[in-house]
Amino acid sequence: MEKRVTFGRWTIGILFAVPQLILIFTFFYWPAGQAVYWSLTLQQPWGGGNIWVGLDNFRSILANADYWNSITASMIFAGISTGLAMVIALVLAALTDRQLAGSWLYRVVLIWPYGIAAPALALAFRFILAPEAGFMAVVNKVWPGFWDPGLDGADAMASIIIAFSWKYVGYNFIFFLAAFQAIPRSLIEAAAMDGSGVIRRFWDIQFPLITPTIFFLLVINITESFQDSFGIVDIMTAGGPANATNLMVYKIYSDGFKGLDYSGAAAQSIILMLLIIALTIVQFRFIERRVHYR
Amino acid sequence: MTIIKRGFAALAAGALSTALAVPAFAEPVKFDFWFGLSGDLARVVDTLCKNFNDSQKDYEVVCTSQGNYDATLQNTIAAFRAGKQPTVVQVYDVGTATMMLSGAYKPADKLMEENGYKIDYSDYFPGIARYYATSKGEMLSFPFNSSTALMYWNKDAFAKIGKSEAPKTWEDVGADLKALKDAGYDCPMAINISANESWQLMEQFSALHNQPIATKNNGYDGLDARLEVNKTKFVQYVTDLKKWYDAGLIKIKSKDLGQDMVQAFATGTCQVILTSVGDHGTVGRTQKEGMNWDVAELPVYAGTERKNSLVGGASLWVLSGKSDAEYKGAAAFLNFIHDPKTALFWSTNTGYIPVTKSGFDFMKSNGFYDKAPYKGREVAIESLTASEPTEITRGVRLGNFTQIRAEFGTQMQAIFANKVSVQEGLDTLVKNGDAILERFQQTYPGKTLP
Repeated sequence: MEKRVTFGRWTIGILFAVPQLILIFTFFYWPAGQAVYWSLTLQQPWGGGNIWVGLDNFRSILANADYWNSITASMIFAGISTGLAMVIALVLAALTDRQLAGSWLYRVVLIWPYGIAAPALALAFRFILAPEAGFMAVVNKVWPGFWDPGLDGADAMASIIIAFSWKYVGYNFIFFLAAFQAIPRSLIEAAAMDGSGVIRRFWDIQFPLITPTIFFLLVINITESFQDSFGIVDIMTAGGPANATNLMVYKIYSDGFKGLDYSGAAAQSIILMLLIIALTIVQFRFIERRVHYR
Repeated sequence: MTIIKRGFAALAAGALSTALAVPAFAEPVKFDFWFGLSGDLARVVDTLCKNFNDSQKDYEVVCTSQGNYDATLQNTIAAFRAGKQPTVVQVYDVGTATMMLSGAYKPADKLMEENGYKIDYSDYFPGIARYYATSKGEMLSFPFNSSTALMYWNKDAFAKIGKSEAPKTWEDVGADLKALKDAGYDCPMAINISANESWQLMEQFSALHNQPIATKNNGYDGLDARLEVNKTKFVQYVTDLKKWYDAGLIKIKSKDLGQDMVQAFATGTCQVILTSVGDHGTVGRTQKEGMNWDVAELPVYAGTERKNSLVGGASLWVLSGKSDAEYKGAAAFLNFIHDPKTALFWSTNTGYIPVTKSGFDFMKSNGFYDKAPYKGREVAIESLTASEPTEITRGVRLGNFTQIRAEFGTQMQAIFANKVSVQEGLDTLVKNGDAILERFQQTYPGKTLP
């Protein structure tokens, strides 16, 4: 039996779809198309003359060592910050789910970080991690020269990873907690009565049941680490020292907006877009197979 | 359907009647001025605009801060492409080459002439005027907020090592920093090595020593100019800075690390800094109680014939595509800013220097420079007018210079972190900078700088 709403004439269907199509076209395809066009030309910033250069922009970007360095930095950043944010959130959510005394308090406190805008939290972490003023100043007193994000690229990378993970721990926590709480209590209680400990129950019952959530968060975290890191990098390190934290999204901003190289930035955006699409496909093809949907 | 139609008709009638009702008396012509200063400085600009509006009845300038210089240029470009550009816009020094090739401006000198204002262009300090003029000397934009780099030094600390004067040569600086260190000062001198410090470290140093930054007279003679800072005296300078840094005589201070160099100087943590005269007011307001300090011209290497330093800051551009009435207003506004009395108001409330000789003389005759907190700022004028500008000390006219400055910061950081040698770092700066210049040249095929 046909359950869908059907229309007598296809034109009515089209008519209903038009507003939606216009919106999608205006806000997605038109800008994307514009970016593709720009990436194939040399744009004069003030307009008034564009030269068709074909794939030259892509060629010069891919021949640039700084660009490859920025891809590497983005990968390192995405991998470590996603890992940190997810593991910490998972542990915290598992603990909160156990109904310890005062767990309602953790729930409230842990959700807050996600509500803080990236630039504000970056400003806060800039103070916290400043080698001469903040918390790390104490460490530096004990062990001089231990922490120097101003000149040490690894320290600078660590500081933006910490700031980004801190924000996404809050986000991931909400989802993990919801997933844990959706697991029927009776399952856990039955396992407990059979004599299995906390760790065993976690690995054998809870973990498999929340894999859909883990997978969802993995995709979101990796995508966001490529795109949402901009505000943090801009305020904490501005891509330095010596390009160590010049992530792809930040390089697009500084080349395009500060450097007024619209074509180069457009070409980089396209590469970034393709990269995110590819990563997402890989995740769905290979990781989703291990996910148990109920 | 009919209800909607009637609604529209009513709306249209209403709009029509208000439109007809308004011009009963002559409204002042409004025009937009976008600028890039924020905070304290933005409030001074707002007062300046108010003063202009109060001074006459024909025009009304609407002044809007865009936050910073980068954003001002970006927003103006976006507005221009959409046909909604302001009449007057403040563009920073390094945007000059981009503006000149944009074809989006009305030359300032032509605007003034068309509207009957006689401006004596020789009244501008030559070092300031030539930065914004064509190679033939036509003023395309008017200097607005101008500054130059100075050396700030702590008199109390220098007294401890038996010095009552600021070091004049880099050789002396090296010896004094060593003496300060030996006298127990942990941070004899502070520098920062981000993109911004390209201005005082690379550009000012090169001008004072009459050393080119790029071929073709720093780009004035063509878009095919290429960098050459890897084979000038600048190499020696970076080598010395690095040597002093390694010896603990120089510390890196920046906001990211907890304290920027102006704060480090004002709190007495560091004894010498190189920064803009624009920070003179900030140091005075935030300094440690009772600290004695002064400013001096930037040092040069022994045996150097000192040349004029470069102007920093921004100028006012008038954009094309506006009505005659708006241009009349813009001309009146530029004329108002050119007035020596405005210069006094502007320099009193900011750290910026007057841009004309008459403005400077007017301020001197008012006793501006005789007493604290403004005493010392005249050194900036001395530095800017130390010599008649040469082909090289006129300024820097390179495309996408913001990106070249970013590259400067990157390579300096690599050098100071011991990732590369001084020569390797500067070679990479030239190589990557040249790629940026080549790209700019390709974007404007067949075009030449005016």
